[in-house]
Amino acid sequence: MLIKKPVDIPSSEITPRSGYEWYMDRRRFLRTALSGAAAAGGAALGADRLAEIANPRTSAHADTRLQTVKSSLSTTGETLTSLEDVTHYNNFYEFGVQKDLPAKNAGVLPTRPWTIKVDGKVKNPKTFDIDALLKLRPLEERVYRHRCVEAWSMVIPWVGYSLSEFIKQCDPLPSAKYVQFLSYFDRKVEKWSDESTIDWPYSEGLRMDEAMHPLTLLTFGLYGDVLPNQNGAPIRIAIPWKYGFKSAKSVVAVRFLDKQPSTTWNEMAPNEYGFYSNVNPNVDHPRWSQKTERRIGLPFYAQRRTTLMFNGYADQVASLYTGVDLKRNF
Amino acid sequence: MKPSTLILLKTLTWLACLWPMGLLVYGAITNTLGPDPTAKIELTTGYNTLLLLILSLAITPVRRVIPKLGWLIQFRRLLGLFAFFYGTVHLLAYVALYAGFDIRTMIDDIAKRRFITIGVAAWLLLLPLALTSTTWAIRKLGGKNWNRLHRLVYLAAVCGIIHYWWQVKTGVLSPLRLTIVLAMLLLARPVLAWWKQRRPRPAAA
Repeated sequence: MLIKKPVDIPSSEITPRSGYEWYMDRRRFLRTALSGAAAAGGAALGADRLAEIANPRTSAHADTRLQTVKSSLSTTGETLTSLEDVTHYNNFYEFGVQKDLPAKNAGVLPTRPWTIKVDGKVKNPKTFDIDALLKLRPLEERVYRHRCVEAWSMVIPWVGYSLSEFIKQCDPLPSAKYVQFLSYFDRKVEKWSDESTIDWPYSEGLRMDEAMHPLTLLTFGLYGDVLPNQNGAPIRIAIPWKYGFKSAKSVVAVRFLDKQPSTTWNEMAPNEYGFYSNVNPNVDHPRWSQKTERRIGLPFYAQRRTTLMFNGYADQVASLYTGVDLKRNF
Repeated sequence: MKPSTLILLKTLTWLACLWPMGLLVYGAITNTLGPDPTAKIELTTGYNTLLLLILSLAITPVRRVIPKLGWLIQFRRLLGLFAFFYGTVHLLAYVALYAGFDIRTMIDDIAKRRFITIGVAAWLLLLPLALTSTTWAIRKLGGKNWNRLHRLVYLAAVCGIIHYWWQVKTGVLSPLRLTIVLAMLLLARPVLAWWKQRRPRPAAA
């Protein structure tokens, strides 16, 4: 059992300023403790599982920590969902339809080299390397609520910067009214793609003003580390006021269009998954109510809670939809 | 079959049927049901309802094909009642954890969400079957009427499987395996009856 030396214990740890800081200190402790345990053949004690929790990377990068700054756009007053739950409860159907499968199967996703192709209504089509994008702006820690259309929710400390910064680099033409995101797809790598009847690759999209909104996050990590593969490594979008399927994972292409793009779930069931899919307790999914949700990670008797309009981001985003009939434009 | 063998087999069947519930209760108490325990409870109880119903429906076709296994009939009621047990827990979990005991929410759900409408229908179909499962009821109704009433189990099973399909996301194929098994079992009866008629001599019961 490793005893921490006084110099390892900053005064801030005594009264952690946030759950996240407590978490990061604990992870550092676990890592140090585990190197000792591993040396002592700790695999039998489940240290490999502990190691996975401390560092859930499925690719082997020596230093996967990301330097982050705090952001005023980060959500406060919410308890973070544990890293274990965030990284082991995923809808990523290319890697299997059950929620525990992406964590098991997504190791095969190749996250380097990685580029994002930009084309469509832009001055010049460009290709961005992810390592260049990582340096484009300071990486912010943004805690966001994440609400799945299936009526469960999490609170996740993402790492990234506003998509608007990236869009500025893309130089879109005035005729660009929509942005489309295409996800990585390779049937040979993502062997489980036929478990559902989805027409791949995964496609999502936003209106230009939604994409340019400061809350829309170009996301490179979570919990201060690069994205685990099952969470959409190495780069994804996070749009906290819409249902989670709008937040495309493992983005390889960004296309600027003058017409609304075709999006995967809307194609699958247009009466169930609209283009906007704003979180709205007053607009039910045809097959289930959206008035309540289950917060992940809590005991079964404590999960149920009321769903908030725009997932609690109404103050920041309601102005995007003034005068819009949200029942028709769901 | 020796009485002691029957008692042993019945005991093992009881344990096997209670096992999923035991795991669920243990998991609920220790909060080890995973990230979404409410969904886990609902899915596990629902799946086991369908599974046990399908197993109970498999007994008669198996007895017809392998006459030596005639004694399986003594297990059909046990499996059927356990299916009703899991179905009831499934329903109660919905009332408590999804609807939060709110009557208006439940009325809304039953009226508007077709998968809940058909799910409640499936349970209501199983209710009279559970209530008339006793020997007393068989005697009171008489064999013919009892058999007619209990044909509702086919409809209940079909409603249950549709309930499963209507619950999952579009494009998800999770209910497929159970559907195939149920379809085979439902088809087995008319096929076996037709086969029996074709043979020149009557088949053993």
